Amino acid sequence: MNIHEYQAKSILKQYGVAIQEGIVADTADGSVAAAKQLQAETGTSWVVVKAQIHAGGRGKGKIEGTEQRGVALAKTLDDVKTISTNLLGGTLVTIQTGPAGKKVNKVLVAQDVYYPGASATKEFYMSILLDRQTSQNVIVYSTEGGMDIEEVAHSTPHLIHKEQINPSVGLQGFQARKIAFGLGLSGQAHKEMVKFVTSLYTAYVKIDAAMFEINPVLKTSDDKIIAVDAKVNLDENALYRHANLAAFRDIAEEDPTEVEAAEHNLNYVKLDGNVGCMVNGAGLAMATMDIIKLSGGDPANFLDVGGTANATTVEAGFRIILKDPNVKAILINIFGGIVRCDRVAQGVVDAYTNMGNITVPIIVRLQGTNAVEAKKLIDDSGLKVFSAITLEEAANLVKSSLS
Amino acid sequence: MSVLVNKNSKVIVQGFTGGEGTFHATQMIEYGTQVVGGVTPGKGGTTHLDKPVFNTVADAVTQTGANVSIIFVPPAFAADAIMEAAEAGIKVIVCITEGIPTQDMITAKKYLNGKDCRLIGPNCPGIITPEEAKVGIMPGFVFKKGNIGIVSKSGTLTYEAADQIVKQGMGISTAIGIGGDPVIGTTTKEAVQMLMEDPETEGIVMIGEIGGTMEADAARWIKAHGTKPVVGFIAGQTAPPGRRMGHAGAIVGGDEDTAAAKMKIMAECGINVVESPANIGVMMTKALATISG
Repeated sequence: MNIHEYQAKSILKQYGVAIQEGIVADTADGSVAAAKQLQAETGTSWVVVKAQIHAGGRGKGKIEGTEQRGVALAKTLDDVKTISTNLLGGTLVTIQTGPAGKKVNKVLVAQDVYYPGASATKEFYMSILLDRQTSQNVIVYSTEGGMDIEEVAHSTPHLIHKEQINPSVGLQGFQARKIAFGLGLSGQAHKEMVKFVTSLYTAYVKIDAAMFEINPVLKTSDDKIIAVDAKVNLDENALYRHANLAAFRDIAEEDPTEVEAAEHNLNYVKLDGNVGCMVNGAGLAMATMDIIKLSGGDPANFLDVGGTANATTVEAGFRIILKDPNVKAILINIFGGIVRCDRVAQGVVDAYTNMGNITVPIIVRLQGTNAVEAKKLIDDSGLKVFSAITLEEAANLVKSSLS
Repeated sequence: MSVLVNKNSKVIVQGFTGGEGTFHATQMIEYGTQVVGGVTPGKGGTTHLDKPVFNTVADAVTQTGANVSIIFVPPAFAADAIMEAAEAGIKVIVCITEGIPTQDMITAKKYLNGKDCRLIGPNCPGIITPEEAKVGIMPGFVFKKGNIGIVSKSGTLTYEAADQIVKQGMGISTAIGIGGDPVIGTTTKEAVQMLMEDPETEGIVMIGEIGGTMEADAARWIKAHGTKPVVGFIAGQTAPPGRRMGHAGAIVGGDEDTAAAKMKIMAECGINVVESPANIGVMMTKALATISG
C-alpha cells in the first residue's frame, strides 16, 4: 500500500529519523498558515510547497494546462498562496502518473533545507527493500542522490551500492559505518548518517514496510542528515497488526473500479485493451491475457475471481468489466478443480440473464470438473455466449469475435 | 521414484480442524494420501476425520512418525507453523497459506537455513505425485501418472499444464507448485534440479511469471547441467510495469524481470519456450520426439 510523503515522514520522525519538517494543508489559506507556523517553529525563511500524490517525478511534473511544477520554492507568503492555489484541485502530470495525471488534494508546506552554511550541501540516494535472491532486506545507497536512480543504475552502475541485512541480527553498527564511509562522509556528518540509517532500518522493520525510498537524503550545510523526500510502501499482508498505518490508505488515489472490485473480493487491474477477461487464479489470468494478445486483441483488464466463481462473483465481474467502453468481447476462463464447471456455467447464464443488456460477445472456456456438462448448459441457454473447452478453442473464438 | 512425496509419505495437517484444513484433508484422504493426523493447538487428544489431533507438531511426529506437513493455518500464524514443523523434524513442509507478511517469511526462511528440511510455498497449490500422494489443494483427477515433472508458481496454470500433458497421452511424475510470493522456500531452480535427478521423470514443464529472476537462474542451471527436455512458459507477457498482478511476487520492476526478457534467456539456454500457454502439451510431445528421434 502506497502512502503520501507527509504520512511517510510522520512515521520516520516517530522512529527518530531526521526529516525535512513540514505541515500538510488542503486549502491555500491553510498553506499560508502552515508556512507561518513553520517559520516560527523552525526558523526557515523560505518554504517549499509540495503536491501530495502517490507518484514520483513531481518536481519536473506540471499541473495540466499550466507551467506550475509539482514542487516549488516559495520565497514569500504570497508565493505560498499562489503556488498552493495552482496546485490544489489541479491535475499533476508526471513521468510516473501517465498522461491522465493525478488530482492534487493536499500540499505539504515544508522547510527550506538548502540554506547556505559552513559546508556545501550534498544529496544522496537510499532505499530499503527485499532482495528476492537472498530472501533478505537490502539497503541500496548511492552518492548520486536527487536524480532518477534508474538512470544512475543504467549509466553508472558502479555508483550504486548494496548492503545485505542478516534477518537474525538486523543492521549492525559496522554496516551503518560502511554506508556512511561509502557516501564519503566524515566527522559530524558521518555520525549523523550512522544514526540516520540505523533509525531508518528500524522503522522499516517495525512498520512492516515493503519499500522505502529516500531520494534525496540531504547533508545540510551544517552537517545534518535528513530525509527530504520519502516514498514508503507498506506490506498489505501485515496491515492487520498496524491499525494506525492502515488508516493512511487514501482511496482517492486508487482507481474507483479497482476499489469496487476489491469490495467483491475480486482482484482487478484496469488495462487499456479491448478484450475483457475473468479468470480463476493469478497465473492463469496473466496467461489468459497473453492468449488474448496472441489472438489479435489486447487485454482490457486483469481479473482474478479466486477460488469461488459463482453467479454473484461472475455478475460482479461482468459489471466491472463492462464499465469500460473499450471492451468489445469478454473471455471467461475457469479451470474447475474444487470449483465445478457446471456451477460456474449456471452462474454465467444467471448473471447474463439478470443483467439483460450485455451487447458484447461472451466467450466461456470451462475446463476441469464437469466441463462437458458445463458446455452443454451454455450451448443450450440460447444466449449470445460461446463455449470452449480447450484454451486453443477459446483463442480462436476470441479471434473470430474481433474480426 | 518421484520427488518430495510418495505413497510412503506420512502426512500431518497443521490447522487440521479449521475450515480449509478439514476440507482439503478430506480430499487428500480420499485421494489416498497417507494422512496420519493433524495439529491444532488446544485440541490435542481429540480426533478429527478419524485421525488423531495433537497440540504440537513435535507430539505428532513422535506419535505418528510423520515426515511431511501441510499448513493451512491463517497468515498471522503461518510463519510460526513453518518453524514449528522444521524444529520437530518434518522433512517436507508444504505451506498453502496465502497472505503471510513478508518480514515473517524472511525470518522463517532464515530459521530453516541449515536444517534438514525443505519448504514448498507459501501461497502455493502444493505437491502431487499421481496415484501415490496429494499434499495440496489441486484437483487430483487432472493429474494422471506418467513421466513429466511440472514446476510452477501458479495453481490453476499448473492444472492447465497437467491437463494438456495428459491430453497428449503422457502423464505426470510429480507436480510441484512453488508459490507466487516474493519469499518462498524452494526456488524454480531447486525444483527443476530435483526433477532432473529423478529417474522417473523424462521431461519437465517449467511455468513462471513476471517478477524476480528465478526462471533465469533455473534456465542457466539447465544449460549447464540439464539432461532432459524442458518446456517453458512465462505468464504476464502483457502485464504493464509497476502493477502487481495478483501474486505478491508478480510485478515487473526492471528490464530483467519482464516475460520477454525471461523467455529470451530461457530460449538461449536451450529451453523449449512456448509463447502461448495453449501449446505446453504439444511442445512437450515435440521435445520428447526430438530426443528419441
